[in-house]
Amino acid sequence: MSLRTTARRPSRRWVPLLSLLVLLAAACTPEHYPQTALLPLSDFARIGDDIQDKTLYWATGVFLLVEGALLYAVFRFRGRPDDPEPRQVHGNTTIEIIWTVIPALILAAIAVPTVRGIFQTNAIPKGDVLRIDVVGHQWWWEFRYPDLNLTTANELHVPVGQTVSLHMGTADVVHSFWPPRFAGKRDVFPNRETRLWFKAEQAGEYPGQCAEFCGIQHGRMAFRVRAQTPEEFQGWVSHMQTLGAKPAGAAAAPAAPAAPAADSVRTATAGGTVAGAPQDSAYAAGEKLFMTKGCVGCHSLVAVNAPKGMVGPNLANVGARTYIAAGTLKNTDENLAHWIMDPQGIKKGVLMPNLGVTAEEARSLVAYLRAHQ
Amino acid sequence: MATTALDQQRAHAKAHAEPTGLWSWITTVDHKRIGILYGATAFTFFLLGGIEALLIRIQLGAPNNTFLAPDTYNELFTMHGTTMIFLAIMPLSAMFFNYLIPLQIGARDVAFPRLNAFSYWVFLLGGLFLNVSWLFGAAPNQGWFGYANLTSRQYSPGLNVDFWMLGLQILGVASLAAAVNFFTTVLNLRAPGMKLMRMPIFTWMSFITQVLLLLAFPVITVALILLMFDRFFGTSFFVPSGGGDPLLWQHFFWIFGHPEVYILILPAFGIVSEILPVFARKPLFGYAAMVFSGIFIAFLGFGVWAHHMFATGMGPIADTYFSLVTMLIASPTGVKIFNWLGTIWGGSIQYKTPVYFALGFVAMFIIGGLSGVMHASPPADMQQTDTYFIVAHFHYVMFGGSIFGLTAGAYYWWPKMFGRVLDERLGRWHFWLMLIGFNLTFFPMHILGLNGMPRRVYTYPEGLGFEQLNLLETVGAFILAFSFAIFLINIWKTSRGPRNAPADPWNAATLEWAIPSPPQPWNFAEIPSVHARDPLWEAKRERGGPLPEPQRVSGEGIHMPNPSYWPLVSALGLTAMMAGLMLIHHLGPWGIIAGGAVLLFGIFNWAFEPAG
Amino acid sequence: MTDHAHALELGTSTGIDSRKLAIWTFIGSECLFFASLISNYLVHKETWLTGPGPFPHEAWTSPSGQVFEPIIEIPLVTLGTALLLFSSLFVVLALANAQRGNRRGLLTWLGATLLCGVFFVGMQVYEFTHFVHKGLTLKTNLFGGSFFVLTGFHGTHVTIGVIWLLTLWILAWRGRLTADKSLNLEIAALYWHFVDVVWVVIFPVVYLIK
Repeated sequence: MSLRTTARRPSRRWVPLLSLLVLLAAACTPEHYPQTALLPLSDFARIGDDIQDKTLYWATGVFLLVEGALLYAVFRFRGRPDDPEPRQVHGNTTIEIIWTVIPALILAAIAVPTVRGIFQTNAIPKGDVLRIDVVGHQWWWEFRYPDLNLTTANELHVPVGQTVSLHMGTADVVHSFWPPRFAGKRDVFPNRETRLWFKAEQAGEYPGQCAEFCGIQHGRMAFRVRAQTPEEFQGWVSHMQTLGAKPAGAAAAPAAPAAPAADSVRTATAGGTVAGAPQDSAYAAGEKLFMTKGCVGCHSLVAVNAPKGMVGPNLANVGARTYIAAGTLKNTDENLAHWIMDPQGIKKGVLMPNLGVTAEEARSLVAYLRAHQ
Repeated sequence: MATTALDQQRAHAKAHAEPTGLWSWITTVDHKRIGILYGATAFTFFLLGGIEALLIRIQLGAPNNTFLAPDTYNELFTMHGTTMIFLAIMPLSAMFFNYLIPLQIGARDVAFPRLNAFSYWVFLLGGLFLNVSWLFGAAPNQGWFGYANLTSRQYSPGLNVDFWMLGLQILGVASLAAAVNFFTTVLNLRAPGMKLMRMPIFTWMSFITQVLLLLAFPVITVALILLMFDRFFGTSFFVPSGGGDPLLWQHFFWIFGHPEVYILILPAFGIVSEILPVFARKPLFGYAAMVFSGIFIAFLGFGVWAHHMFATGMGPIADTYFSLVTMLIASPTGVKIFNWLGTIWGGSIQYKTPVYFALGFVAMFIIGGLSGVMHASPPADMQQTDTYFIVAHFHYVMFGGSIFGLTAGAYYWWPKMFGRVLDERLGRWHFWLMLIGFNLTFFPMHILGLNGMPRRVYTYPEGLGFEQLNLLETVGAFILAFSFAIFLINIWKTSRGPRNAPADPWNAATLEWAIPSPPQPWNFAEIPSVHARDPLWEAKRERGGPLPEPQRVSGEGIHMPNPSYWPLVSALGLTAMMAGLMLIHHLGPWGIIAGGAVLLFGIFNWAFEPAG
Repeated sequence: MTDHAHALELGTSTGIDSRKLAIWTFIGSECLFFASLISNYLVHKETWLTGPGPFPHEAWTSPSGQVFEPIIEIPLVTLGTALLLFSSLFVVLALANAQRGNRRGLLTWLGATLLCGVFFVGMQVYEFTHFVHKGLTLKTNLFGGSFFVLTGFHGTHVTIGVIWLLTLWILAWRGRLTADKSLNLEIAALYWHFVDVVWVVIFPVVYLIK
């Protein structure tokens, strides 16, 4: 009689729970995570991923078998206080040998691809290799392209289809460079070069971040990998090489983005082609502030022959980056102004001090920096 | 009635031998009381570490959360790890070593009762020393692993690292003193007939743990000394600008750190191996295999340290060696799991609370072990290391393993220690909530870790997909915390009930169950002699039924060590020395000299007082 | 120092006195302590030549032209080493006398042991001061750091041994270290031998191997 109501009520009651489950199920697929290590996009990352898959299959199999046996025993051998004493078995040598040997065989099955993978990942890449020097800083990443004489920060541009060889170090404490879609982690040490290499397979922008605890702002030490088609990458390189000692903006800021790299088009409108008179005056004021407020003490604005050992990230193309403050904020004018005025409020302990920049001054500085694409 | 007679007898025994009051606890050298002190102190620190964990979980419950400032978060995760390892799990294991080893081997106390008291006081003072840092607003903030060169004066100018470094140094003294003591106790104070291969498995695993402590702690001691010289006296062992190498710290740390993992888990192995046979009413399957796999694990544990360092780029040869030996450890570990299965297989499992936790331990430890095999492979580990996958893995080992095991032990030996059986119904609530809360908290971490969430980050941005599972974990953490609230209620409720536990409530096999619950100060009125591996089962079998309830005796004529406060004085001196070291730039050497004088004074008085 | 309830009445399972077993255990643990310190010395030995001098076996010229000669002086330390080795023999003789209840022989040989120990510590104090005068401190370079920490901790162990043996010597002098209590000396002697053996490793590692 109440069949209908009982059948319907629970179904309504279960709706929020079901939707929660769907949400959680979605949260279990790698596609949900831009920074996932499970969807490799390079030869290097695939080596580890293949091994990880193999181990995961074995582990899942063993898990099901052993936990299954455990559950079976838990229910099957449930006893009562008045049951007779079970047969007193002290052990069985044959069984001991079997369950020592079988796991050993499984481990051997994992060990073989592991050793192969170790040697593959440790090999030094040969042929057409682009060298990039990676330097960890508290709390941002510096990328130097010695063969191209370029320096940039927090966005690693790599060409698709060409192996990049990363020569890594740190300016201060130990960090760990981790672009999950392209490679596993490699720690960076002072006075000790470590290496990583990969050949990107697909263009796009992918997140990565520091993976070794490195002080108060370890949590905000992210970077982006921008994998570009060879043409786009070449365009970016040519563009960057125009950002020499005198930034393109100084004489004609609006002219700089005339030949922007394809990937910087997105943000180019902000301070680029449409710079009118007010933009110019803000730009000039910003330039003056940048020189007088002390920014130049830590930041360089040149990409070519950039000075080494700067405390703050290179800003030669800061206007074109997706994020500022090493992945802390989206690179909007508003955020940038906020950041310039109150870095300590946004990223406590960061080496950039609050310099008492007013909102007006911040606007000018944003105009100036935005032109640095 | 019999009870009144028993009460009279108890009162009589008390009047003669059991001192009461605060002073009696301060001067106690009784291993059982020291065990209880260890347990109470460690459990308090465990709750503190748990609160730290909850604060961490609240902060991570939502992206870009500002509940905790980044520096506070870093202090919390450092102190959570340090507390749980050095102030909770290790001393909780020490509680069982203290309480049980002498009982299980049929001894009246440990080999050096006053040294035992000294260990406890040093541990307590070391724990307080570490936590006093909160009051100075300078809690350690560099991670429990304290990787150089972040710990150098240049990058960590505050007192934070000093508190950590000197606090661990104090705790190391406690561990080493205890290890010498228990090592000697197990070898030397066994009852007649208790050959090594007749020792209860818990005593065996504890014995192996002492060996690990003896060999691993000197290494961290030296590493901490070197760090201390770097920070206080200007050497450059780990300072790159002076030619030092931060990587050296990692080697030292993990040569200690990996055996430390087994120091944390082997006692739990032992506890579970005691409980499963008793409740399955069947002897431990493959006793010898259990013993030798434990020894093998401990031995290999010294040869795998650099598997924590695959991301440092050690080169293919080192990677291969450390990878293969690490995989090899899975073999004896598997043997243990299969033997536990073999133990309950064909048994008649009596479902009481301890066995729930023991079986929970096996189920969870399997998961921790399998994820461990996954990062034995360097190319895969390069992705997994330093992510939440690792956090998931070691919580399945440390919580799903050690804490489940220790909790099982608490329920199992509670009647022996306090004369009261913990409430069954609350115990089961505790178990199920703990199991659910634990898995909700830590299983999603596997998924987050493989999908790119690094460890030790005080927050994460929106858009990386970490929001949902982190929120779920936070909910799980509160369920987990609630399960321990039930445990506390259970303790409170039980403590109000009658002290009526029989000597042998579980039909157990080992000697501690042959004496009254709780035992009298001298444990055994007559030292038993042992003829079999499960002596109590053997005795019951011979008798054809349960043994008569053992009587409390007056203890006259039994020679017991005198109480002493010199261990406490010495411990205070040692701690004052470390505090003096920390203030060396304010006090000069005088703080150290004063502390050293107290220490020396304590040791001399200790050496020359009559031990009884 | 008799601190064992059980053993007094029952003897021990191994037949070895618990205190003796404990000191052996402690020595085993100490091996790892010194192994770590020696490793630290050897690891840095490979790199410290880049830093400023002085060095143990190599001359070094500073950028300003100041010349630092090799700093260690083997003859003095060899004498110290020899005395430390002899002291191991003396303490054995002292123990033999203690076990026979020969107070006079005990006092003599234990006194000789103590003199050797005191000389060794004095030698080290002299050496350290001398090094500091020559410009080598903890901070100077990695050799300075590793050297002072390694030999300093060994010296601390010797000092503790001297205090321990001195306590026993005073007991013996007052006639309280009787034959039945000779175990107290045996345990201290085990520690003393260990400290000597460690020096037998440290001496070639630091002073002889170039």
